[in-house]
Amino acid sequence: MKDNVVLEMRNIHKYFPGVRALQNVDFTLCEGEIHALMGENGAGKSTLIKVLTGVYEKDEGQIFLKGKDKAVAIHSPQDAQKLGISTVYQEITLCPKLSVAENMYIGRLNGIGVNWRKLNKDADAILESLDIPAKATQQLGSCSLAVQQMVAIARAVDMDCKVLILDEPTSSLDEQEVAKLFKLMRDLKSRGVGIIFVTHFLDQVYEVCDKITVLRDGQLVGEYEIKDLPRVKLVAKMLGKELDDTTEIKDTSLVYDKEDAGKHVLEVEGLASVSGIKPFDFYINKGEVNGFTGLLGSGRSECVRAIFGADKVVSGTVKKDGKVIKINKPIDAMKNGIAYLPEDRKRDGIIGDLSVRENIILALQVLKGFFKPLSKAEANKFAEEYIKLLEIKTASADTPIKSLSGGNQQKAILARWLLTHPEYLILDEPTRGIDIGTKIDIQKLVLKLASEGMSITFISSETDEMLRTCSRLVVMRDRKVVGEVSGDDMNQSKIMSTIAGGESK
Amino acid sequence: MAFLKKSMGAAKKSKMTDTNLLLTITIVVFVAMYLAAVLFLGEGFLKPQAFFNMLNQNAALIIVSCGMTLVMITGGIDISVGGVVALVSMSCAVHLDHNGGSILEAVLLALGIGLAFGLIQGFLVAYLEIQPFIVTLAGMFFARGMTTIVNATQFNVAHEGFVKLKDTRIIMPEIFGTLNKHGKFIPAYIEIGVVVAILVVVILFCVLRWSKTGRKFYAVGDNNQSALMLGINVKRTKFTAHVICGLLAGIGGFVYFLHVGSGSPSHASGMEMNAIAASIIGGTMLSGGVGNIVGALFGVLSLSTIKDIVSSMGFDEAWWTGITVAAMLCIFLIIQSIVTARKSSSVAKSDG
Repeated sequence: MKDNVVLEMRNIHKYFPGVRALQNVDFTLCEGEIHALMGENGAGKSTLIKVLTGVYEKDEGQIFLKGKDKAVAIHSPQDAQKLGISTVYQEITLCPKLSVAENMYIGRLNGIGVNWRKLNKDADAILESLDIPAKATQQLGSCSLAVQQMVAIARAVDMDCKVLILDEPTSSLDEQEVAKLFKLMRDLKSRGVGIIFVTHFLDQVYEVCDKITVLRDGQLVGEYEIKDLPRVKLVAKMLGKELDDTTEIKDTSLVYDKEDAGKHVLEVEGLASVSGIKPFDFYINKGEVNGFTGLLGSGRSECVRAIFGADKVVSGTVKKDGKVIKINKPIDAMKNGIAYLPEDRKRDGIIGDLSVRENIILALQVLKGFFKPLSKAEANKFAEEYIKLLEIKTASADTPIKSLSGGNQQKAILARWLLTHPEYLILDEPTRGIDIGTKIDIQKLVLKLASEGMSITFISSETDEMLRTCSRLVVMRDRKVVGEVSGDDMNQSKIMSTIAGGESK
Repeated sequence: MAFLKKSMGAAKKSKMTDTNLLLTITIVVFVAMYLAAVLFLGEGFLKPQAFFNMLNQNAALIIVSCGMTLVMITGGIDISVGGVVALVSMSCAVHLDHNGGSILEAVLLALGIGLAFGLIQGFLVAYLEIQPFIVTLAGMFFARGMTTIVNATQFNVAHEGFVKLKDTRIIMPEIFGTLNKHGKFIPAYIEIGVVVAILVVVILFCVLRWSKTGRKFYAVGDNNQSALMLGINVKRTKFTAHVICGLLAGIGGFVYFLHVGSGSPSHASGMEMNAIAASIIGGTMLSGGVGNIVGALFGVLSLSTIKDIVSSMGFDEAWWTGITVAAMLCIFLIIQSIVTARKSSSVAKSDG
């Protein structure tokens, strides 16, 4: 082991029934280094992290830490913590009902008596030194998600961790919050902490990381200095093939050009819902892909939720094909040919314990009514058809959907809605947290569907992706529609300036 | 319910924790209810002894509710406690009267039975990960069944030392005493069980509020996955909660026995439900992570007050008490859901 190496994992193997999740993976982390761990979903990133943090036991291989002569044994998260390995997960793993200080110290206090006053003081000092806007005695649940995440990091820092693992920490943060997090990461880096950063956002990797380790199908592809690996190459390494340049999808797309192309399929006037969005107008043409853009929390999802009837509508009218329709509940929208793929896949989308088939036919079944069940043969036919069409990777249609990877779950939910043959499809963050290959599949599918006459609203946090797929973007700020860009205006800087509130330069 | 709104409004500003907010509401409701009873019903409620009697009658329930609250904070439930109380009082009665045992032996027997239930149920819940409801349901049937096996009929204990202990009255300061019709001074008193109950409340309160172990119960109930990641031994924490709850059921059983002085298979029937009701009224959430021992105390007192109010208003039948308690539970559950909703909406606001 070299002097500045804090962590070395050698020849790690991990088997699950029927799957070789990790094969002979090596990973090396140095002091004061931010090291990206990249790979598609199912490449083995999570498994490697879980082996390192003691959630899973490795089947073979050795883990070395700085200052320890022999390979260390990690059997539980506690073991990992004691060895100075801390993890901050995508889903915040703190207790929202306890105070900030309690969250920082619980589970690692010695002795019987606890001097809370001193702990609160210590906690405040740490929070201040890291520039985290939280008070020690505040209930954690009253902080924003970003702050909660930072508290988790503060906890790790105070535990004098040598290795900090950040597992998709940015997926629920907006840009400002991400910037704060990066500042914090750089700060820790200068203190000599080795950081493993797992993310799907390529931009972020190039912004903060020093090195990249790429995994694919449970195997090590390689470790690279960031300057030696331009984006395109990174994506190619992750996918294991040279990728047809991602920016070109749009050009290959077909355009819907029947005579009713300019017709408004859906028109919305002064719609507002209990979620607090300001009344907004909106329309969508037949065969058009448009999008809502804006910062996180600007009300993008709330707009489409209002259209779909998922949030209670308080004012406004919705017209479909020129006729006023009433949408009080999602079922009303569904009956009018509107489909909605929700933002939170786990909460609003999948029903984890049901099979892929049952998840796929669900919306169609609801539309038909539960007293007219689909026959087994029909259900099977539909499921098989869409599994093939969308290339859903599943062992069989009977597999519980929760055992699929995120991207494939998303495809199955998409299949659910496509099966109802909607005229208007709303996709809210359909590509969040899924790998780049599937992302491109979904983007291509969106363009194909539109070319066949479906109207689609596509919402994504990644502006690049929106620019590639949408022909018109509605811009939002502070729960209000503030503008619209289309045609030649559609570029990053114009969108940014509209969001920021100024006119374009 | 204007006072309620007021107290909630005030709490909103000062950003109380869920636990403290619910506790405040409980205490305010209890005090208001008691004052209303004194004002409108006067007489009986006016005497300090009325209050002390409430404690005397409910000492056992307070102890049992403390255990229940603890288990509920960790996100579990224990419905065996009523059965354990019955089994303990019957076993002690038989031991004292039929076997001629000593009081010390009876106390140890009570503790032993409670501990045994806690250990076994805790093991099943924490380490074999069986639903606490199912485990303790089995525990409840077992305890009730065992009670009848130990002795099938009710009988009063005539053990000399025990009767003396049972009738021991701790005289309260003179100021609480009253004069009777003949002008004779009657001092106010509490029973030994009340002292035990108050000790239990104080000790548990301190443990839960300040100790490391205490805060772990909250963490586990809040989100046990997170608790695990924070380095807490979730299984052991759940196990401990059930053991303490069992032990408290044993202690509560003896205090109950000390109050009634008899053994009967029908003793303490429905006590587990009263304990759950008291915990909820006391601001403990069924979903775990929120709750307070002092709340359990006030929960029991509120329950008892409302029963007294109902019966002194002339609705003596048992169903009226049931209906009022149900109404009260409803109100508190609604308050809890408002508190939760308020929480999530305030978080959403700070996010947006």
